[in-house]
Amino acid sequence: MVEKTFKVTSADGVHARPATVLVQNAGKYESDINLHYKEKSVNLKSIMGIMSLGIPAGAEIKITAEGDDEQEAVDHLTQTMQNEGLGE
Amino acid sequence: MTQLQGIAASSGIAIAKAYRLEAPDLSYDKTTVNEPAEEIKRLHDALEISKSELEKIKEHTKKSLGDEHAEIFSAHLLVLSDPEMIQPMENKIKTDSVNAEAALDETANMFIDMFKNMDNEYMKERAADIHDVTKRVLAHLLDAEFPDPALIDEQVVIVAEDLTPSDTAQLNKEFVQGFTTDIGGRTSHSAIMARSLEIPAVVGTKEITKQAEKGVTVIVDGLSGDVIVDPTDEQIESYKQKRSEFEEKKQEWAKLKDETTVSSDNEHVELAANIGTPDDVSGVLENGGEGIGLYRTEFLYMGKNQLPTEDEQFDAYSSVLKQMEDKPVVVRTLDIGGDKELDYLDLPDEMNPFLGFRAIRLCLERDDIFRTQLRALLRASVHGNLKIMFPMIATLDEFREAKAILTEEKENLTREGKEVADDIEVGIMVEIPATAVMAKQFAKEVDFFSIGTNDLIQYTMAADRMNERVSYLYQPYNPAILNLVNNVIEAAHTEGKWAGMCGEMAGDEIAIPILLGLGLDEFSMSSSSILPARTQILGLSKSEMSSFKDELLSMNTSEDVVAFVKEKAGLE
Repeated sequence: MVEKTFKVTSADGVHARPATVLVQNAGKYESDINLHYKEKSVNLKSIMGIMSLGIPAGAEIKITAEGDDEQEAVDHLTQTMQNEGLGE
Repeated sequence: MTQLQGIAASSGIAIAKAYRLEAPDLSYDKTTVNEPAEEIKRLHDALEISKSELEKIKEHTKKSLGDEHAEIFSAHLLVLSDPEMIQPMENKIKTDSVNAEAALDETANMFIDMFKNMDNEYMKERAADIHDVTKRVLAHLLDAEFPDPALIDEQVVIVAEDLTPSDTAQLNKEFVQGFTTDIGGRTSHSAIMARSLEIPAVVGTKEITKQAEKGVTVIVDGLSGDVIVDPTDEQIESYKQKRSEFEEKKQEWAKLKDETTVSSDNEHVELAANIGTPDDVSGVLENGGEGIGLYRTEFLYMGKNQLPTEDEQFDAYSSVLKQMEDKPVVVRTLDIGGDKELDYLDLPDEMNPFLGFRAIRLCLERDDIFRTQLRALLRASVHGNLKIMFPMIATLDEFREAKAILTEEKENLTREGKEVADDIEVGIMVEIPATAVMAKQFAKEVDFFSIGTNDLIQYTMAADRMNERVSYLYQPYNPAILNLVNNVIEAAHTEGKWAGMCGEMAGDEIAIPILLGLGLDEFSMSSSSILPARTQILGLSKSEMSSFKDELLSMNTSEDVVAFVKEKAGLE
């Protein structure tokens, strides 16, 4: 399993458009990918899951991936987080 | 054959099959199924077809309204492939043996309730998204059609109870020959949009949705306001004739495209156009518009989930200014509220929205929204001849406050090293009777007036322009209105300022001779009205029309005015 922690820097938290891109990109991988926030964990391939967390600015979140392409998945999503100005 | 009489909202003749734009009946029975695998397949088939429709709508929206507006459909598409949504539906079918309709609806409702109860405006709106997409899937499960203007791919006449501005914006002129509705008037937003898209339309037929079944031939006569359902062959022939005559007339008008607008005694007036989006500019130029008298910026804010950014607005304003080269462009700052709502601003419902928190009132309180728009406008100003107009100004203080914010933002931009034009005129829209009465005082401080007649008439007559039962009070030629209009024009001229009009009245053949006589400087109308108006003005003497001024202003009724003008201006 590969994991990576981020701090959400976007002023609006994880909102619509960036969340959409995250889910679209997660959907490209075979691995099980999850997003953890506080004690909750949701499937990162689920837009409803992500939105239900209502992640605010400044939050600490963790992305984990498990499967054959876990490393690529986490690398790509790290890139997405940065490109979309979501976090670092 | 059935004939209905409505209100001619956009000129031209359309003959095509009816396409009903209405929500289908989505009631279903919850049943027990024996073959869950088949039911799951039905669910997936409905999901797939819904996804392919959404892809089409997304593509179409991207083309007609731009990437930002299309974004929402990406989110809708993800909802339909969401494992957290699909899995519980499948489970319900398997374990509870319910049909796909019930599994879909109940699962969606669970999410909708969850989002609705969150303490976050953004999430509450997502509840509406889920509702929208699941309705489409449910319709497919029930073998019902879920119509959408973006899905039309053959020649049709749209039949609907009413059209929302976003429905109208989605209409594809290639296929949509015309439309007709149960409700609405000449100044309802769908009618205004129809004219800017140049699609023939008849609104307010009261019962077209009761009369026209899907697929039946419908004739829409946007010149007379007649709608004929299931016409005879003779009628079709005669309307085809009428249609080609209208086309010929249009070609005659087109010859005046590059001419200036002068009266028979050689007095120039400016004929400008009202637009809603940068895409409308091509229609303005094709119709020989000498400027833009009203750029409604609301469409930048509508049909999306969040406020448009400064850059997004800058792009739109720059595009309009560049396309118009150095011709004047009057941009009206945000006029939201009243009948135009923005879900994401979450404004409380009001008893009297037209008398409530809207336009400049909202902008002065939410000056964050206002400042973003002003900054975008100021930055765009270097690309053409920009004039800024504030809507719904009721007091001098409101104007002063709005102008002070504008000046502040201008200073801020200059300090940031951004270039801003020096000569931007700042004016107001005159649509509140108090302002028309006080025009003399306003004229000392504003650079121009533009009279918004749709609202000015409804406020002066105290008659809701959307309410058909009081529509007889919508009287543009009532001497009360003419006196207010005259007061505004005189006040402007006393101070060496100009006065325009951007309501529907400016393009009306009975109003034009009156307004010419009162000395109106700029007439702003739907693009499609410009060439007919220019033709009419060429044949009118301004000095003659001016000589009737006192007589007109002291008349008793609207009917007297109309009869008088028809005779003097040679109208049938």
